[in-house]
Amino acid sequence: MKQHKWGLIILGLAIFAIAVTFPFWYGKGKSTPPVLSLETPEIAGLARKECIEDKAFMRADHMKLLKAWRDEAVREGKRVYTARDGRTFEKSLTGSCLRCHSNKEQFCDRCHTYVGAAPSCFDCHIVPGEVKK
Amino acid sequence: MTSSRRDFLKIAGASALTLLAPSIFVPTWAEDAMVIPPGRAYGPTPALSARRWAMAVDLARCTTDCTDCIAACHAVHNVPNFSNSKDDVKWIWTEPFTAVFPAENHPYSGQALQKLKVPVLCNHCDNPPCVRVCPTGATFARPDGIVMMDYHRCIGCRLCMAACPYGARSMNYRDPRPGISAINPNFPTRAKGVVEKCNFCEERLAKGIPPACVAACRQKALVFGDVEDPRSDIRLLLEKRFSLRRRAHLGTGPQIYYLL
Repeated sequence: MKQHKWGLIILGLAIFAIAVTFPFWYGKGKSTPPVLSLETPEIAGLARKECIEDKAFMRADHMKLLKAWRDEAVREGKRVYTARDGRTFEKSLTGSCLRCHSNKEQFCDRCHTYVGAAPSCFDCHIVPGEVKK
Repeated sequence: MTSSRRDFLKIAGASALTLLAPSIFVPTWAEDAMVIPPGRAYGPTPALSARRWAMAVDLARCTTDCTDCIAACHAVHNVPNFSNSKDDVKWIWTEPFTAVFPAENHPYSGQALQKLKVPVLCNHCDNPPCVRVCPTGATFARPDGIVMMDYHRCIGCRLCMAACPYGARSMNYRDPRPGISAINPNFPTRAKGVVEKCNFCEERLAKGIPPACVAACRQKALVFGDVEDPRSDIRLLLEKRFSLRRRAHLGTGPQIYYLL
């Protein structure tokens, strides 16, 4: 490689960089993050409006929490979760999560649709009052 | 640039040593910060527990046309009912005595025995072949003897169905929800492509209530209890009465005892 083809190399790198970052700058400003609804009778009746852990944790890691619950409840028979502040909850998607968040379509689904996540939880776990389409 | 064999080995050795780095130095950003506390074993109501759960079926009490146990079990566990027998999902069902105990049958056995319908379910074996063949660990045996399914891990390979000598496992060949007349919200349904079976009502035992079939039986023909406890009802019955187990010669150690 005696003749340096820097021009072509830089052009190639530039095309690569543009192609890789395309989704980020193309999609910017085109979608707004979903607004999650907490308007359910159960949540309205709560004295302290807080989920089982703090909001940042639940928002980022609820799926890891649910996976841990799933394995511990089914395989080890440990069915009660003690939150960091000492409150206890039954490890149950339908019984605990959906009891408060009974508006699955305005809460769970809005975010899952926005990020393109398709959790298979509700293939089996029942959303009270839902008629499966 | 040329490199000697010696230089190459030095670089390779130094590179291999860097594999030790994570055990010496873990930067804060690489720490697994999220620890989910495992929680207590059971809920606020005391659970029913045993060293070895088992069931006795008193065939002298069981009446032929009664299906209370089946109806109760299938309603509690959201077991679908399709008109096509190929799609059947069964947790507890009845079979003729001649099919349940083929070795005990002969042409001269009485009419009553020939016509007898016997409730059958998963035998929760001591040496369960379904557990041994399951490639994902979806079927497992609990320390209290319950052979249970973790539907989350089932990939629908049906090896367990081939391994089970009792036909106690059913595949969901189609979405079960349209086949369920009234969904019990307290128990999940299954999805298309997973195998299911009786779980000895472990979800009810955890809440301190006996299995649905046992509670539903008006004849008190189903006796559920701890066979390791010499003073349990089931042990007292096994003490007094002659009992059969299905295909015990296969070495599965079935834990459903049929009292004659």
